[in-house]
Amino acid sequence: MANNKPLKKVDLIFSEAFLNRDELKEVLSRSADEVIQELLDSGLRGRGGAGFPTGLKWKFTRDQKDPEKYVVCNADEGEPGTFKDREILDRVGRKVFNGMALCAGTIGAKEGYMYLRGEYRFLLPKLYQILDEFHEDMKALGIDFHIDIKLGSGAYVCGEESALFESMEGDRGEPRNKPPYPTEYGFRGKPTVINNVETFVSALIISRIGAAEYQKLGTVDSRGSKLFSVSGDTPIPGIYELELGMTVEQFVNEFGDGDTKAVQVGGAAGFCVPRKKFNDTIIGFEGVPTGGSMMLFNSSRSMYNVLHNYLDFFKEESCGQCTPCRVGCQQLFLGIEAVKRGEKPASYLDTLLKLSQTMKITAKCGLGQSVGNSFHSIVNNFREEMIY
Amino acid sequence: MENMVKLKIDGVEVQVEKGKTILDAARSMNIHIPTLCHHEDLCVAGNCRVCVVEQVGTRNLVASCATPAADGMEIRTNSLKVRNARKHIIELLLSEHNADCTKCYKNGNCELQALASELKNTEHMFLDLVERKTFTVDMYSPSIIKDDSRCIRCQRCVRTCEELQHVSALGVAHKGDRMKISTFFDRPMFEVVCTNCGQCVNRCPTGALIERNYIDEVWDAIYNEDKFVVVQTAPATRVALGEALDLPPGEIVTGKMVAALRRLGFNAVLDTDWSADLTIMEEGTELLTRLKKALVDKDPNVALPMTTSCSPGWIKFIEHTFPEMLPNVSTCKSPQQMFGAVAKTYYANKVGVDPAKMVVVSIMPCTAKKFEADRPEMRSSGYKDVDLVLTTRELGIMIRQAGLDFNSLPDEDYDSVLGQSSGAAVIFGATGGVMEAALRTAYEIVTGREVPFEGLNITPVRGMEGVREASMEIKDTLPEWKFLEGVELRTVVAHGLTNAKQVMQWVKEGKKSYHFIEIMACPGGCLGGGGQPIPTNAEIRAKRAEAIYREDAGKAIRKSHENPEIIAIYKEFLGEPLSHKSHELLHTHYVERNRY
Repeated sequence: MANNKPLKKVDLIFSEAFLNRDELKEVLSRSADEVIQELLDSGLRGRGGAGFPTGLKWKFTRDQKDPEKYVVCNADEGEPGTFKDREILDRVGRKVFNGMALCAGTIGAKEGYMYLRGEYRFLLPKLYQILDEFHEDMKALGIDFHIDIKLGSGAYVCGEESALFESMEGDRGEPRNKPPYPTEYGFRGKPTVINNVETFVSALIISRIGAAEYQKLGTVDSRGSKLFSVSGDTPIPGIYELELGMTVEQFVNEFGDGDTKAVQVGGAAGFCVPRKKFNDTIIGFEGVPTGGSMMLFNSSRSMYNVLHNYLDFFKEESCGQCTPCRVGCQQLFLGIEAVKRGEKPASYLDTLLKLSQTMKITAKCGLGQSVGNSFHSIVNNFREEMIY
Repeated sequence: MENMVKLKIDGVEVQVEKGKTILDAARSMNIHIPTLCHHEDLCVAGNCRVCVVEQVGTRNLVASCATPAADGMEIRTNSLKVRNARKHIIELLLSEHNADCTKCYKNGNCELQALASELKNTEHMFLDLVERKTFTVDMYSPSIIKDDSRCIRCQRCVRTCEELQHVSALGVAHKGDRMKISTFFDRPMFEVVCTNCGQCVNRCPTGALIERNYIDEVWDAIYNEDKFVVVQTAPATRVALGEALDLPPGEIVTGKMVAALRRLGFNAVLDTDWSADLTIMEEGTELLTRLKKALVDKDPNVALPMTTSCSPGWIKFIEHTFPEMLPNVSTCKSPQQMFGAVAKTYYANKVGVDPAKMVVVSIMPCTAKKFEADRPEMRSSGYKDVDLVLTTRELGIMIRQAGLDFNSLPDEDYDSVLGQSSGAAVIFGATGGVMEAALRTAYEIVTGREVPFEGLNITPVRGMEGVREASMEIKDTLPEWKFLEGVELRTVVAHGLTNAKQVMQWVKEGKKSYHFIEIMACPGGCLGGGGQPIPTNAEIRAKRAEAIYREDAGKAIRKSHENPEIIAIYKEFLGEPLSHKSHELLHTHYVERNRY
């Protein structure tokens, strides 16, 4: 599947379009059925990383009979290596609120919340100013929908939707048991749509340009374009909106420094793709999914150090609630140290690989379930670096 | 059949009510799925992950305790995938757990140990994390020891403290590898709102939360030639001790318990039931006096409703939570403390023992009693009124240590005096029992007639509902109680501090008005106390309650004021209820405590 075409850069998310009140009026005049159908047709999947079909999420929530519903924007951008939501909020915050209003109108919610990463506190004055204008416009349009912003306090796990609700409700940010899912039992136990910042913007764009137009971008499994936060060993780090469906090879050709050894797709919770697999790995839901984090490593980097760093992060950021994640992360972290120091035989890595598999299928939430992704892909592809 | 779902577990079809979990469904067909964080009395946590099972068609395993059974589900509880995952999870728990079992108080009664012994892993799969960390062991409390190195973070204690007791002395602090069960700013349990109720101890699956035991101190006293060691046994111990000695729940073992205590070497085996009768005399009279002050003297300072004061967990709770309502609490000491004060005065004199050489030991269903005995107010005999407090569990251990075959012991009677009791005293051990006992006596004092209930069983105040209201119209009073004629005596019974808090909130906000409130800190009353044999659940507590009422019904004397030894002490020593002497020995006061 040799594909060395240059990447297609797109300018939808940050474009100046769809920012004003008239656009909002236009968007909000659509019926809920239309909006949902358009989203389903577009094939839009959540941009936070998990990739749940957005149209379905909105539909499930709309179908709930409870009159009290919520729209929540997950702006707790915490995945190592991702910084695109910050940029969206900084440059086109109004689009996010418009997208939330679209969602509220569709599902029948009167209150919306943005859960903003604590470290993004500096964005607050700007966001409040935009919100004031937004609320005035909503009032002028005669629409009863209000958005408030809640700040996180720095816990990675609070980006997990149910932990985020717990945190917003004033409790300790610990993930809940699922089912029930947020579409049924979300914020304050009410049906809730919770989407990533970028997803709301994409939903807004789709309802303006139409599913047919949006579908022209991407592949069957990964429609449209999305933002990528590019960092690491690259001469041009930054945020890029790219059409989905490229191979890692294409990506590296564009962003690499000519000596790329591996790309970590999807952050610490994502997958590490080694050079030998660049050509046949697609970035998207058919290959390696990502919420936007793309970290490039060149041959000067020790993949042991990379993994060690991720595990250090996970063992600290696990909420500590469930056994596989709390203890598993510590075991993986100390385990690779023990192998490196020769205190455990190299075969202990296989024990740890099995453990990471157990974590994947038994942890309570996405955090613990995804630790195995980077562990597996790094240990399997760079085993000798783990040992020597 | 609309409310039923049909699923398949291990190839067998089963129907359960909608809303039941996979675990419920499996248990209904006697399929054993191991659990740790799950407890029948508490909300679902789903955090230990020991109970994971395979749902065919789903990539991840699901926690059976937290996943509702659904139509068409196909569950495998014992597939290779499940077995391997479960093994990993138990190994992970063990790697983080100070598994020094032979030095653990819970050795032989630990749910993690049981799982490990089922697993039969002879080699540790993972690194030992315990040696890499520092843990604190909180030994400051006279009631409870908290050893973090044995904690598996299942949060049963946290849920107990929050849901059942509304105390939240225990919570989760930090995250990741530093996550731990902690108190307000990690202060010792002794310094925070902990009521010492011990409900967390009852539910801790390992040795992380245990009672502070005084077994060796008691043995030392028994073998000390200079000491005269007196033991008293609380009402609820006699219907639960059997469980600590391999008998099924609900057995009445009063006679065997007395026999065992005698064989352990106590110089006198006496009964807290006796002082429970004494409590009724004092507390019943106190209630009537308060009513008289309010209704006849129109005294604006009299605090009504009056609440009971037997439960030391409740006392510490109200001292922390509603200090402004302390005047509403009866000034009567608990039966344990009344016993101690009388033992080292009246009784010591009667048996000719120097109170300085007397050691009073009590066997209690309670961990808060250990704290209560240590309170500075509890020295009215001139000595520490009660020296050492053991839980029902500790007595069970002593009986085993002494090599007694409990089941083959004969039934023996308590020594006298301070050994005789009424049925009214026995029911102190169940929620509603103090209320019932007080009504049996107070009604008769006021009207000269027995309470108008068949067999003296005041059934409206019995049961396991969290809050139970009952009222009773007082008619045809004796002349001296004329002011109570036609008064509707409104009472309420609450057990578990969550329910207690609710009732006190109502009273505080003026939403409800009562005359008399009975509160027990523990679910089910003392029979569900924090010092009772483990495990506990609603079914076990119901069996203990049933045994308590059976014991009451079988007593020759059913009313406290008819206990001849009670009549005697008033004649010989105290004079009358609320006398000067009574106040000195049998009544106490309370202190306001902090809110954290």
